[in-house]
Amino acid sequence: MSSTVIDRREIAESYLGEKFTLRSWLLTTDHKRIAVLFLITITGFFFVGGIAAAFMRWNLLVPEGMLRSDETYNRLFTMHGVIMVWFFLVPSIPVTLGNFCIPLMIGARDLAFPKINLMSWYLFVTGGIIELYAMFVGGVDVGWTFYPTLSTNYSNGFILLSVLGVFMSGFSSIATGLNFIVTIHTLRAPGMTWTRLPVFIWSHYSVSVLYVLATPVLAMTLALLFFERLFGVGPFDPQLGGDLILFQHLFWFYSHPAVYIMILPGFGVISEIIPCFSHKRLFGYEFVVWASIAIAVISFFVWGHHMFVSGQSLYASVVFSLMSYAVAVPSAIKVFNWVGTMHKGFIRFDAPMLYAIGFIGLFTSGGLTGLWLACLAADVHLSQTYFVVAHFHYVMVGGMVSAFFGGLHFWWPKITGRLYPEMWGRAAALIIFIGFNMTFAPQYILGYTGMPRRYASYPPKFQVLNVMSSAGASVLALGYLLPLFYLPWSLFRGPRATANPWDATGLEWQTSSPPPTTNFYATPVVTWEPYDYKPPERLEQRDYHG
Amino acid sequence: MAEPAQLPGSALTVPQEFQYSSLFHQGEAAIAGIWLFMAQECLFFGALFLTWIYCRYWNIAGFDAGSAETQVWIGSINTGILLTSSFAYASALLFIRAGGERGMTILLGVAAFLGIAFLCLKGYEWHLDFDDHTWVLDPDFKVKGALQGGAKLFWSFYWFGTVLHAAHLTVGIGLVAYVIERARRGHFSAAYHTPVEVIGIYWSFVDIVWIILWPFIYLIGRAP
Repeated sequence: MSSTVIDRREIAESYLGEKFTLRSWLLTTDHKRIAVLFLITITGFFFVGGIAAAFMRWNLLVPEGMLRSDETYNRLFTMHGVIMVWFFLVPSIPVTLGNFCIPLMIGARDLAFPKINLMSWYLFVTGGIIELYAMFVGGVDVGWTFYPTLSTNYSNGFILLSVLGVFMSGFSSIATGLNFIVTIHTLRAPGMTWTRLPVFIWSHYSVSVLYVLATPVLAMTLALLFFERLFGVGPFDPQLGGDLILFQHLFWFYSHPAVYIMILPGFGVISEIIPCFSHKRLFGYEFVVWASIAIAVISFFVWGHHMFVSGQSLYASVVFSLMSYAVAVPSAIKVFNWVGTMHKGFIRFDAPMLYAIGFIGLFTSGGLTGLWLACLAADVHLSQTYFVVAHFHYVMVGGMVSAFFGGLHFWWPKITGRLYPEMWGRAAALIIFIGFNMTFAPQYILGYTGMPRRYASYPPKFQVLNVMSSAGASVLALGYLLPLFYLPWSLFRGPRATANPWDATGLEWQTSSPPPTTNFYATPVVTWEPYDYKPPERLEQRDYHG
Repeated sequence: MAEPAQLPGSALTVPQEFQYSSLFHQGEAAIAGIWLFMAQECLFFGALFLTWIYCRYWNIAGFDAGSAETQVWIGSINTGILLTSSFAYASALLFIRAGGERGMTILLGVAAFLGIAFLCLKGYEWHLDFDDHTWVLDPDFKVKGALQGGAKLFWSFYWFGTVLHAAHLTVGIGLVAYVIERARRGHFSAAYHTPVEVIGIYWSFVDIVWIILWPFIYLIGRAP
């Protein structure tokens, strides 16, 4: 560790130290600062959504419901769903780690359109404030899917404002995706060819395509819903000759690709962490890359599996079912390749790696139960039960949130110039893994034995498993609260990070931690292949936190 | 972060963002960006047209009855106006590529003027429609009886689609005004006119949306 004097100078010359006024942060066009702004914002939303979930689990401790109010429960699960999906999971990794790392990883000085990047944050914040106002002042009780005719005719909540908030956050995503695609095409450093791009970049490229091509369909669907709610006349009204199933088709045409929007960046993060902490080249780079692209393409043709019981054509359902099975193939390729990377690797169990290993297990469980739901006959039994809830929480929370935390710990030294406390990091990773399984494994059983989702009360025979799930949720909450304390603590008390604390090969580790405003002092020239890890000379674990 | 870059053979300086290696590089990224935005817009309006076609498929008679009440002459004149404005914009691009700044500025003015003319006619048409009891919440809605539901759906799409298109056109007119103002300050030359190209693509897109709306609103229901 170099002397404090040099460290102070490095911080002062970094993007963090250039100017430290509120104005310089709120009007910044630096992708690194915007990433930090997004990080603070989505952390806030994560905890709002989490508190709603905590109240739900508290309500379900007793069969008749602790809240004694179905309306309040409906508002809670809507708040949890809308906030977590649109204001945490969809933007999460791309707008924070992606925003921060993409230019660094490809050797660029910024994103292609820095002002549009800032605009994206303002759209997101404005949409978020509108959403919170709608949730807390008016209450929204229609679920995150906004299905008509409940949302158009019957609900008393602030549907218009809520839809407007989601609409704006959607355009924030579109702006981010557009920015990433152009950046990856036009701003790669000399020698950074397409096959030298880290998988993180490929994943974000796939996600960006989904952002740009799927989100506008949701935007238009919500705009039509807005019109119909406002005037009481519109295309989803069966009384006029409209069709409310059409809403579901359009909604899931976006929202199924959105599921991959949520998980693909997680794949990217895991593909960076596993080779680094196995100190071994990523197994089957081309397969991992093409799997990302295959997932992005196939994801556009599987939306009907959300509607197997909606009365859609059986022949359509068969095709959607087959396509949903097909999506499992590239997902499995990725899992096998990560495990193949770890095989005979030089594995270190630092916190990011613990999150990554947890991700593989939880994502595999979530993915395999997805196959049950893709099966037409099984889905009729499992649809609208807690089995579905458990399935997508295994993928979205066990998978995506683990990847987010893993990535956050992995790049924390690069973002802040400080190391997080390793023991606390490992403890939190373990607590989250255990708490997560305690929360959601019982829900598989609850769903399979017939407990429907979205009810504030349940028959007494389900109480034991519900209490187990709620107990697990409190462990999970502890796991999520720990980083909220030790990460900010490390900003002031953590040891200074060197440029490359993990001995990683990506370009982002070649510049100082934290990086200067222009990212690199000289434009890097890339002459090596990605994941260029050589076997270490000494096999015993080295201390990276000395 | 903009630092001035000297243009070859010109005393003008134009802003080059620091992440690009040259103005040409920056221009390429801007063009790629606007085409991606167009892809986004295609999906955005595509969902509207899909919904429109789907609803019409199940309510053909109602949609035809609704369509019969539209002001086909105004719609058709407006189509001509908008196509002419795009012609003017495309010609302006040809001028600036050859270095004709004055010709470009005049033609951009023509394009913006025609855009405003479209909006004025559209406003007059909305006024006529409103007086004609075709607003969907009108208690005395023009089409009555069994076809009323379908006709109301048609007019929902009409109001929704035309207002959305007019909003896009208003943004477009603002953007063209911005380009004219910069042209007036002498920012553009044969060597640098990326904003003119970028906004031209948007301007043409607004046209294309109308070219689809025109038959959807006025023509299909009138086919013999």
